[in-house]
Amino acid sequence: MHRTLKALGASIAALSAFGLAACSSETGSGSEPSGDVDIVRYDSNPFPSTYEPVPSGVTLITGATVFDGVGGELENTDILIENGRIAAIGAGLSAPEGASVIDAEGRYITPGVVDIHSHLGVYPSPSVNAHSDGNEAVAPVTAEVWAEHSVWPQDPGFDTALAAGVTTLHILPGSANLFGGRGVTLRNVPSRTMQGMKFPDAPYTLKMACGENPKRVYGNRGGPATRMGNLAGYRQAWQQASDYRQSWREYWEAAEAGEDVDPPTRNFELDTLMGVLDGEILVQMHCYRADEMAMILDLAEEFDYQVTTFHHAVEAYKIPDILAEHNTCAAVWADWGGFKMEAYDSIRENLPLTHAGGACAMIHSDSDLGIQRLNHEVAKALSDGRRMGLDISDAEAVSWFTSNPARALGIFDETGSIEEGKRADLVLWSGHPFSSYALADNVYLDGALMFDRADPERRTVRDFMLGQPGEGDY
Amino acid sequence: MKKLLTSLALAAAVIAPASAQTLVINNGRVVTNTNAGVIQNGAVVVRDGAIVEVGSDVAIPDGAEVIDAEGGWITPGLFHPQTQLGLIEVGAESSTHDDSAEDSSFTAAIDVADGFNPSGTHIDSTRLEGVTRFAVHPTTGSAILAGRGALADATGEPDSLFASRQFMLVDMSQSGGRTAGGSRTAAWTFLRAAIEDARFYPGRFMSHHEGDAIDRYDAAALVSAVRGEIPLIMLMDRAADIRRAIAFADQYPAIRVIIAGGAEAHLVADDLADAGIPVIYDPMRNLPDSFDTLASTNEGASILHEAGVQVAYTTLGSDLYFNPRLLAQHAGIAVAHGADWDDAFRAVTLTPAEIYGVGDRFGALATGYTADVVVWDGDPLEVMSAPTSVIIGGELQSLETRQTRLRDRYADVTDEHQYAYEH
Repeated sequence: MHRTLKALGASIAALSAFGLAACSSETGSGSEPSGDVDIVRYDSNPFPSTYEPVPSGVTLITGATVFDGVGGELENTDILIENGRIAAIGAGLSAPEGASVIDAEGRYITPGVVDIHSHLGVYPSPSVNAHSDGNEAVAPVTAEVWAEHSVWPQDPGFDTALAAGVTTLHILPGSANLFGGRGVTLRNVPSRTMQGMKFPDAPYTLKMACGENPKRVYGNRGGPATRMGNLAGYRQAWQQASDYRQSWREYWEAAEAGEDVDPPTRNFELDTLMGVLDGEILVQMHCYRADEMAMILDLAEEFDYQVTTFHHAVEAYKIPDILAEHNTCAAVWADWGGFKMEAYDSIRENLPLTHAGGACAMIHSDSDLGIQRLNHEVAKALSDGRRMGLDISDAEAVSWFTSNPARALGIFDETGSIEEGKRADLVLWSGHPFSSYALADNVYLDGALMFDRADPERRTVRDFMLGQPGEGDY
Repeated sequence: MKKLLTSLALAAAVIAPASAQTLVINNGRVVTNTNAGVIQNGAVVVRDGAIVEVGSDVAIPDGAEVIDAEGGWITPGLFHPQTQLGLIEVGAESSTHDDSAEDSSFTAAIDVADGFNPSGTHIDSTRLEGVTRFAVHPTTGSAILAGRGALADATGEPDSLFASRQFMLVDMSQSGGRTAGGSRTAAWTFLRAAIEDARFYPGRFMSHHEGDAIDRYDAAALVSAVRGEIPLIMLMDRAADIRRAIAFADQYPAIRVIIAGGAEAHLVADDLADAGIPVIYDPMRNLPDSFDTLASTNEGASILHEAGVQVAYTTLGSDLYFNPRLLAQHAGIAVAHGADWDDAFRAVTLTPAEIYGVGDRFGALATGYTADVVVWDGDPLEVMSAPTSVIIGGELQSLETRQTRLRDRYADVTDEHQYAYEH
């Protein structure tokens, strides 16, 4: 007998069923039997986004120097925003009737900042015990947990990140576990609910971790206790996921052929890993050392999945060729290091060297303070790269906090660059974004002015800060 | 090799030994931190480790070594008021730590100079970013009195720790309350009792070595702080705690209180200014990361300066052992959020030197000052600027570090086997 999902109508289930794409391609087109209504398929999106752009009018920003996020630096350029999207980019654009016109002469515009590594909401401020929701540090494999279920939308850190131009951010579980759980990509808007911040249709991600953290956390709790234990743990889990995926495929194939078969027992941990094997969930892996990254790339080949991004990747500069060959990105700090042995070989030129070596590279914060100055972190890395002789333009480096993280999150078709048709996620900076003294004057999400430095009344203030000393002061 | 002797300088030393120790840094925008202000196209003349002349119309002595700033900036070296350089090499490896004597029964008598390692590699990378002097702070151990800190230069030389037992550190924050017995009340009671122990040292210890809070050896160490010979640095963030500290300073006028942390200091800026209490402050911290820092804001630095508080900047929001080198970036944040550039720059040069009582030797470019001079390729508070020359005590320093060696090794990985043997 087939169990059915009571909450879901058959048509919805068919549209959003987990693994449907793989299933359909196997069985061919249009050959689904009428008994499909009873075939068990699970909703891949049970906590759907309710994000709605803040209503906005027509806005024309004139005369700015525009870094488009994809390598362009356009002087004296206007940007027209309509219906929350970038409608036009060019010189001498005329303002439609009723448009609000912002004179940006002498100022700079970049795409909204995208941070691919944040723990806002899961390790919120204040960092009291009750708020420690980032690491399900009870077992080395917890692929079944989802960071979005820990996100506290009232984290005041979202407000300060917004004031720094961050329009999109990716919230990850911590790195205690080999498989830490799913990450979630958020729009940086005030919201009563996590769902109200969730980036519509952004792919899920899976946080994995190399090296010292898992073995430190589990070394005296049943393991893994060593790096070889870490690798064994990944392989065991991937093999289970591979078997699980196969059992579902066999089930769907048989059920679609009208056979009376029982579905496999659902396993939330393996659901997530199966999503990776199906190419629907992007692997975002915490990994510092070059030698470990190289082994993980072999592991990914063994089980036929893609590592989208290595996070922290303090030694990426030692292996840009290997990263490039595997089409794997590195998300790094400008100059953090020294806090553990695997971070000891941190160099300030990591980002520019990795970029110059042909790999996809980007900045990330992993910090509620660092997220407030990703432009400055890029500036430091860029200037250090130039001092060693690397020829990298300002416009190229802007991609490190805009388009590259957007690509690595699978949302580049929506944000991360200033191109017609994209979401109008923009930052108007008071000066060159690589100057210490530049601040975000205006921050737009989907064309709506969400932060205006000149208008303190407009500042977003999370619930926690109401009535506290410092309310509204960033 | 910390001291850079080029073959040119060597040759000069052989030919003209009489003037070999004269160094001229010229053709730059000189920030003096004195009444002379900023000198456009100025020069600094250094002899025997000290500054002998600063001005715009300086004659180059015969045989002097010349460093051409090429239109860049010439400034005093940065002075970091709160580091653990030389005490921690790798954060997560306790075997590389000497910052906290957490299992010791001693408190005030702890002296960080005993654990300081001038060969710590992070000192080199800190020097690379223009920091020439720094304070070395212990971490609180078994008691809220963490012990005595020291002052060091950034040469990495064996004698670089130039002054030990320069200040006493006490944790009066929320964590100090936990250490002392569960609450701030325990911390203040302990501190007052310890001070009484020290005030009545040695009389109170004639017949036994225990005091009310601390024992004889620790009481002896605390005496210099109680007499005001060295400052007492209190770690705290919350405005209410700072008010207690101001009242405490009023009660013990001889004690020279300094606040370190001070996330909410701007709320009591006027009182701090009136009491003459300096603050070691990080302009980067602006989050309510605890209930002690609810009011923290990037505007805090400018508010404190405006009120006339003596402020030195620190890098608490980054860290104190690997990234004290980011001091200039932290100062840039203050300027972006309203602080005057001059105030911010002093907060990383002259003011910390003054707080530690060495402002007559370090932190300014003036005749008689120790020659800690940095040449920058642009505004030192701009994140894209960097030093091109660093001079400490009149000696031109190496700008090579373990990190630059790694960089150079991997700058061009074209041969799998060759690179590892190029060193």
